Amino acid sequence: MSLLSDLINLDLTSTTEKIIAEYIWIGGSGMDMRSKARTLSVPVTEPQKLPKWNYDGSSTGQAPGQDSEVILYPQAIFKDPFRRGNNILVMCDAYTPAGDPIPTNKRYQAAKIFNDPKVVEEETWFGIEQEYTLLQKDVNWPLGWPVGGFPGPQGPYYCSAGADKSFGRDIVDSHYKACLYAGINISGINGEVMPGQWEFQVGPSVGISAGDQLWMARYILERITEIAGVVLTFDPKPIPGDWNGAGAHTNYSTKSMREDGGYEVIKKAIEKMGLRHKEHIAAYGEGNERRLTGRHETADINTFSWGVANRGASIRVGRDTEKDRKGYFEDRRPSSNMDPYVVTSMVAETTLLLP
Amino acid sequence: MTDLLNLDLSKNTEKIIAEYIWVGGSGMDLRSKARTLSGPVSDPSKLPKWNYDGSSTGQAPGEDSEVILYPQAIFKDPFRRGNNILVMCDCYTPAGEPIPTNKRYAAAKIFSNPIVAREETWFGIEQEYTLLQKDVNWPLGWPIGGFPGPQGPYYCAIGAEKAFGRDIVDAHYKACIYAGINISGINGEVMPGQWEFQVGPSVGISAGDEVWVARYILERITEISGVVLSLDPKPIPGDWNGAGAHTNFSTKTMRAPGGYEEIKKAIEKLSKKHKEHIEAYGEGNDRRLTGHHETADINTFKSGVADRGASIRVGRDTEKDGKGYFEDRRPSSNMDPYVVSSMITATSLL
Repeated sequence: MSLLSDLINLDLTSTTEKIIAEYIWIGGSGMDMRSKARTLSVPVTEPQKLPKWNYDGSSTGQAPGQDSEVILYPQAIFKDPFRRGNNILVMCDAYTPAGDPIPTNKRYQAAKIFNDPKVVEEETWFGIEQEYTLLQKDVNWPLGWPVGGFPGPQGPYYCSAGADKSFGRDIVDSHYKACLYAGINISGINGEVMPGQWEFQVGPSVGISAGDQLWMARYILERITEIAGVVLTFDPKPIPGDWNGAGAHTNYSTKSMREDGGYEVIKKAIEKMGLRHKEHIAAYGEGNERRLTGRHETADINTFSWGVANRGASIRVGRDTEKDRKGYFEDRRPSSNMDPYVVTSMVAETTLLLP
Repeated sequence: MTDLLNLDLSKNTEKIIAEYIWVGGSGMDLRSKARTLSGPVSDPSKLPKWNYDGSSTGQAPGEDSEVILYPQAIFKDPFRRGNNILVMCDCYTPAGEPIPTNKRYAAAKIFSNPIVAREETWFGIEQEYTLLQKDVNWPLGWPIGGFPGPQGPYYCAIGAEKAFGRDIVDAHYKACIYAGINISGINGEVMPGQWEFQVGPSVGISAGDEVWVARYILERITEISGVVLSLDPKPIPGDWNGAGAHTNFSTKTMRAPGGYEEIKKAIEKLSKKHKEHIEAYGEGNDRRLTGHHETADINTFKSGVADRGASIRVGRDTEKDGKGYFEDRRPSSNMDPYVVSSMITATSLL
């Protein structure tokens, strides 16, 4: 169908100044991503210069039918790796016509935290490790697994190569390049312990942009799995039993932590995190209790622990950080279906704004 | 073969290919054929009239079958590219009379009326459509012999289990921009396998020309994809959304400060001619306008701000700014844009 590809790949920059902007938002479940496109008369690079838009909230569980308009505020622009040219992807958040954030808009509250002068001053960096599982369409069984059965036990799959060990690499690799093209700070990828499971990392990103970039990376990933005819899941424990779950380990540092003597700041911050374990866990993703069992490189959901190089702890500190006496720490508790706006702002709030 | 299809002739010759397009005997089937012209043409009045066999499209008897094509609008051909063109035409008898299925003629007269021309009527048409699997005529992405999960996840969705046919939609978007059609956006619809594109704001008669050519380009693209295009207003009965062609409308007065009063007056006039409009708004619309699935019941005229269950909806921005436009949600996906755009205009202004 190369005739179709010719049309999809048409480079319009030689015929017109017009561009296509794909406005993207989070739907009523807090995890479903939605988008629609509009034509703009000229290229735009700044979100404030983009027009607000609206959508039918009654079709996404976000508004009633008789008063269905939900307003989209553009917040971040990325280059569109699918349409290319000067076309863009726009990460938005959702408001009522009166200008109030709707209940599923978690960005609004996060942005307030990241605008707090104490937080701004500390230049909060985030590195998020997004794990995900690929499923065969219609049967919803992991990619590469025999339908009606199981692959051999975990061991050979982590970072492996080979048709019998690594399933879906074309999705992962096209996602990697597409994200770099889009301007997302994607720092790496790897095949995971469970076959059909992969991970990409976004960061270091500052403040609110960590959430924007991770959501945009998730959007691009699901657009790619759509092209590949494969289903994407962020479920934290897609297959029960002796198979790893999927998490979104969140690495974090502040200016003080990155400077000499930062290790003391890190230890104090971890202590504060420990005092709010229950509150964090409640906000760290649905279904996490199926994942955080204390086995499969997780800490039990009811226990807070931390340690150097300890993958069985809630919070892990790297050997480099311990050696250099400065660096960052890794919160291993968030599940793959966490909201990065919620998690990043909560970590910042607990470590910087609360006593 | 692709190399041949994509041959760039502009290096070898000045000749161009013009694809003449017209609406056939059902009022919905699009037809076209191509001819070579000796050099590029950008003005429709400079294109030669042509003719076709009307007895093969239900538009003329066998013994007197010639129907004459008058070129009305030119667009760049996204399939042949180069200097090749698509030409939207309407149909006349050899004596120069518009044939019965030619709805453009009467519409053009309305839009040429000085009262109308002065008011610069703008249209934004939201064309919904459904993609069907070839041979079985079951929606694209639906299991044969069964149904997908209920509506909810599909509107504006992404993912292999929620969005079916995006490559058609995206190819169509760029092809229309390339052609010079004022396509303003696209989105995935509430029913899986259903999509929408919007054309506008277009002035007067060009709204109809652009929507018809956009439909033509869409069906050429679904042909390439081996998928069937349906403009039926209720392709699947039951708890599945229908397909409409919501028509947004404004005049110069409505767009100016204080225009909201003019909008309310126009809606009042439309409410008095509900039955006449409904009759002209598309075949089979009674299956779609039930009062459920974001429609107003076909026998009821209702208008409201931000109300998707109304016949006519006014946006919150228009209400707030005291000026703007209104949305007639009644036309079905298989409406004729020449008829609908000119009828709204005539009722509101004349």
